Amino acid sequence: MTIQTDAPVATIHEPARALPLAERVRRVRDAAYQIRLNVLVEGEAQGEGYVGQALGVADVLATIYADQMRFQPANTEWAERDRFLLSVGHYALAIYAALAEAGVLPHEELGTYAADGSRLPMSAMCTYTPGVEISGGSLGHGLGLGVGQALGLRHQGMADQKVLVLFGDGELDEGSTWEAAMSAAHWKLGNLIGIVDMNGLQADGRTEDVLSNEPQEDRWRAFGWHTQRVDGNDPLELIRAFDAAVALAAPTGQPHMIICDTRLGKGVPRLESREKLHFMKIAADEWDPCRVELTASYTAEEK
Amino acid sequence: MTTTATKSAQPLRSAAMIASIADAGVRTTSAPFGHALNALAAVDPRIVGLTADLSKYTDMHIFAAEYPDRFFEMGMAEQVMMMAAAGMAQTGLVPFASTYSVFATRRAYDFICLDMAEPKLNVNLVSALPGLTTGYGPSHQATEDIAILRGMPDLTIVDPCDAVDIEQAVPQLAACEGPTYTRLLRGAVPRILDDYDYTFELGKAKVVRPGQDVVFVASGLMTMRGLLAAEELAKRGVDVCVVHAPTIKPFDADTVVEQIDTDRMAFTLENHTIVGGLFESVAGALVKRGVGRQVRAIGLPDEFLDAGALPTLHDRYGLSTQAVVNRVLAELVGR
Ligand SMILES: Cc1ncc(C[n+]2csc(CCOP(=O)(O)OP(=O)(O)O)c2C)c(N)n1
Ligand SMILES: [Mg+2]
Repeated sequence: MTIQTDAPVATIHEPARALPLAERVRRVRDAAYQIRLNVLVEGEAQGEGYVGQALGVADVLATIYADQMRFQPANTEWAERDRFLLSVGHYALAIYAALAEAGVLPHEELGTYAADGSRLPMSAMCTYTPGVEISGGSLGHGLGLGVGQALGLRHQGMADQKVLVLFGDGELDEGSTWEAAMSAAHWKLGNLIGIVDMNGLQADGRTEDVLSNEPQEDRWRAFGWHTQRVDGNDPLELIRAFDAAVALAAPTGQPHMIICDTRLGKGVPRLESREKLHFMKIAADEWDPCRVELTASYTAEEK
Repeated sequence: MTTTATKSAQPLRSAAMIASIADAGVRTTSAPFGHALNALAAVDPRIVGLTADLSKYTDMHIFAAEYPDRFFEMGMAEQVMMMAAAGMAQTGLVPFASTYSVFATRRAYDFICLDMAEPKLNVNLVSALPGLTTGYGPSHQATEDIAILRGMPDLTIVDPCDAVDIEQAVPQLAACEGPTYTRLLRGAVPRILDDYDYTFELGKAKVVRPGQDVVFVASGLMTMRGLLAAEELAKRGVDVCVVHAPTIKPFDADTVVEQIDTDRMAFTLENHTIVGGLFESVAGALVKRGVGRQVRAIGLPDEFLDAGALPTLHDRYGLSTQAVVNRVLAELVGR
């Protein structure tokens, strides 16, 4: 039976792997720039928030949404989609910025970030926002949920769908992350791709002071994961790492970890050099200068 | 290149982590827990502090700055923090360990129960963001922390109202045998109880304000709201008695039942779901003594709460001073 609807034919956003590499890098750079602009809109609307983290992870999100994932912007429930799980709920403004750039959320809504009655709460939840797959925020849940989704998809014969999980380097402290790490390797979840944002920061300070977590690559390898470590602010390195993971991906195989070293506040020089705080302080009159600096550094990179 | 993002008019902000619970005009004290712990540590070398990557958000950073050698940053690993605190207690130290209420209870319950309570170890948990004190949504709203913990044998549970309570509680918690769990108010903490003739006594409920018409049995920040609501209601000719019951377990049933077993209209006020907290503690005490009095519950509904700005949420869920006043007036009219 064919169901007739007036709805427009849903477009599928396909991965960009067929395009020339230089073209892909340019697309990711552009998307990252737009994501960062969106982040500043949200940060300004709320007057605070996790702006440093969101700017730092923008290149990773741009690579995922603009270059790697298969999804339907107009139908976030599409069964055949790749899934992106945001474990770090407080990175909400980053995923909203990426979802707006990907065409899932209207740009106009970004100004409601964390406001009363908004679909974009300060901590990302699947019950509020289309395109947000899990309710994160209590940290250390994402990777285990990813294990379940990868198992569930494989169990139901979905061989191509990838499950991507982004979590923070602070989440490396949680035992649950390592339970999931062991489980994924045991169950040979070859379509599971973990991405850890190594921004070197957690709530009380630098990760190396709070709870040291290196050598990180050795740990994932020892746990049985196909592991890569990249500059998480370099689109070319990111594209290559995701391509390598996807090339090896299979319903049954080694799970993949991409360790991304990122820089807090990336793209806005005055924020890159600011004291590394969980809640970066940005004064009310700084948002416009931030935008100017962001555009300047983006334009300089383009040359 | 043009930006497609647009700016919108200023919406009401969540200010999620730093939202103050002090009503307008109420004095505040900065970080009373941290300073009280320092004062205690100065006279008791057994005191140590631990946190799970939340020292700055639980006022433990005050202790860390004063006693760096007695402070242990355990990272965002609540389970090992609990186990380690218990282990330290077994060597004779008196640990205070801090995180948020949600993570202490939901994540680390087993480690509190079996590593601290069963061996009756002197570990003192201080957990910030109890009940509805953040607009972050369910991941950070510990609406059921007391309900989770009340069934644990040998655990003392304290729900302080303000800075006065916290300052006076800290040495008593350390002196108390077995583990304790305190619902911490942090940052700029209201200071209201020293306007009344009141001292904190672990295990005791106190009549803070006498009144003829209505009786409030309250704990935590809801005692502050109850006292402020009582002032408002007095202006409308309603005389409210406020009983503060900061120790939820063991519960001072004698004092509370005596106050409820009168002709006054009775309410419980709690910053917690009406399931398994103060209301049910009171209800249980009444039934056990065969006292058939109606008690009206002011507390959070049995549901996952919204995200948003804290003042909005306190209005929405009936915890604000005005909401308490309105509720009492409505009930009095309905009687
Ligand atoms: C289970 C749990 N414990 C504690 C917290 C409080 N918390 C919020 S963010 C954060 C730091 C997490 O570090 P990371 O994932 O690296 O995030 P970043 O600091 O880089 O933003 C902490 C401890 C939490 N949200 N969940
Ligand atoms: Mg981090």
